[in-house]
Amino acid sequence: MISADIQTVLPEIIIALYAMGALIAAVYTSKDEVAPLLTWLTGGLFVVVAGWIGYNGAGVNVAFDGAYVDDGFGRFAKVVILLSAAAVLVMSQDYMSRRGLLRFEYPLLVALAVVGMMVMVSAGDLMSLYMGLELQSLSLYVVASLRRDSVKSTEAGLKYFVLGALSSGLLLYGASLTYGFAGTTLFSGIVAAVEGGASIGLLFGLVFLITGFAFKVSAAPFHMWTPDVYEGSPTPVTAFFATAPKVAAMGLFARVAFDAFGSVTGEWQQIVAFLSVLSMFVGAIAAIGQTNIKRLMAYSSIAHMGFALMGLAAGSAFGVQAMLIYMAIYVTMNIGTFAFILGMEKDGVPVTTIASLKMYSKREPLRALAMLILLFSLAGVPPMVGFFGKFYVLRAAYDAGLTWLAVAGVIASVIGAFYYLRIVYFMYFGEETEALDGKISPVLWVSLMATAAVMVVGVVNLFGIEPLAAAAAATLVN
Amino acid sequence: MTVAAFTFYAFAVTTLLGGLMTVMSRNPVHSVLWLILAFISSAGLFVLLGAEFVAMLLMIVYVGAVAVLFLFVVMMLDIDFAELKAEMARYMPLALLIGVVILMQLGMAFGAWDYSEGVAERLAAPAGEVQNTAALGQLIYDKYIMLFQLAGLILLVAMIGAIVLTLRHRTNIKRQDILAQMYRDPAKSMELKDVKPGQGL
Repeated sequence: MISADIQTVLPEIIIALYAMGALIAAVYTSKDEVAPLLTWLTGGLFVVVAGWIGYNGAGVNVAFDGAYVDDGFGRFAKVVILLSAAAVLVMSQDYMSRRGLLRFEYPLLVALAVVGMMVMVSAGDLMSLYMGLELQSLSLYVVASLRRDSVKSTEAGLKYFVLGALSSGLLLYGASLTYGFAGTTLFSGIVAAVEGGASIGLLFGLVFLITGFAFKVSAAPFHMWTPDVYEGSPTPVTAFFATAPKVAAMGLFARVAFDAFGSVTGEWQQIVAFLSVLSMFVGAIAAIGQTNIKRLMAYSSIAHMGFALMGLAAGSAFGVQAMLIYMAIYVTMNIGTFAFILGMEKDGVPVTTIASLKMYSKREPLRALAMLILLFSLAGVPPMVGFFGKFYVLRAAYDAGLTWLAVAGVIASVIGAFYYLRIVYFMYFGEETEALDGKISPVLWVSLMATAAVMVVGVVNLFGIEPLAAAAAATLVN
Repeated sequence: MTVAAFTFYAFAVTTLLGGLMTVMSRNPVHSVLWLILAFISSAGLFVLLGAEFVAMLLMIVYVGAVAVLFLFVVMMLDIDFAELKAEMARYMPLALLIGVVILMQLGMAFGAWDYSEGVAERLAAPAGEVQNTAALGQLIYDKYIMLFQLAGLILLVAMIGAIVLTLRHRTNIKRQDILAQMYRDPAKSMELKDVKPGQGL
């Protein structure tokens, strides 16, 4: 019994053991000197585990009396999480080494955060949900203030910590109300208990739970922390925040919505639709006035979360499929965009103002072109892959009868296109000011070009993730 | 009044008194001492409920460790509580208003509270005479072993985080080298001289 359970959670156990072993090894040997090696090693391990989960996983395996569920949905989310975390780690190594930020704890904290995320998307119980979420969040608070001599980074970490603790409190309160109603913390028990309709107490619990999740995915009106944390954290950490944790939180949201409250879809559908429409507009409108590209990416991520929530709001298997495809595309676009941002520097000092990109195309035509493709894709301009992500969620909302939501989504994406196109305008038509350095590390160059190529080539068949996402969604919604 | 009821009221009143005085007393050290009283009397309440393990935990962990830690913090940090309170008083009206609104909303929610069917069976204690220390052991180390281990990982992250964010390796300081101390050769570091009585060196 226990050996079968351990077999099911083996990927998590391996990463956790690796993190602990590497921690001890690094402490007793040369400490920060092995950090670059550890970063690559951790990234490599993520890729290996992702491949293992992707190729080897089959069926639905329930472990620890239902506290952990390994199914197609969880595996899809885990592969996306692991691959994006690996990409961001590898990209961050050069940037952080040169600024003396690369401490050996950084890759290990990321590894532990990833373990938390993997538990989150596989949670089958309110308790394992919370444990995974806290493991993830706590590691993220620490890496946010990694540049401890900078006031902004410390502020980012503290702000993230205080608001994160508040949201955890709300979430726990919701969980306790749900437990009080259903008498069990197992999702399978909750879904059976609410079969006959949700009572007012359970609705309170549901609302508090959703509030907690909205904090974690930074959906408006719980998005206030995002711009400050994104701006203050070291850029590679910001890149990490914008990718893997978002996928995990979205996966968790969908998991709870369908596994625990799947029998009262109507109750949460309207809340999620409200969060979605608000996030899309807040993200699109507030980003217009930004001058810092990291803050801009924060608002951009809020808007994108709005679109992903639209898929969830549809409340159907197709909606979940659309959400998964959207998240996979979103993560790819963000990796490319942050590869570009990580390469923005002048005399070795990182620059994050948008104005510094004026006439960038003249000096670095190829990189400017790659960024142009990525920005078009983020905006959802038709020939790029980003358009198909938006198209899927809009269709899911339309199919579910939420025409107003789909129309709002189209309007918001048109507004949002403005600020992406403004960067493109600066790069191609602005007046030249100070020149950014031309050098960029090979890893960043490869990431930037590869993701830009994906945005164009992926149009053919989205690299076959469509049937995979459909299969994953089918295991969650039934 | 039976003995059990009398004990309950005695512990309950002491708990409330302890809690109240924790907030009211002017001297922070007295606050901590009142807090310890509240802990001990609530441990008594747990014993009355038949939860002797939780009572034990409360005594060992809260009274033994947490309260003493509080005491150290209060005594070591020079915190001006009057100033903190003045700061709080500024936001008091708003905080009270929000508090009352939330309380009323929750009151409304709980007024209409109903359980789902079958909650009573799900929450019932397991049949048979299982001591609750043994039962907790079964739950924590068997059924919920994964959650327990995850909690361990969370604590590990907290430790790593505290070290990453605060530890600074300082240079130019002399550290103790125990091996060097132990392997010092007496012949090299000191010289024995036989001093004759009545003569100096």
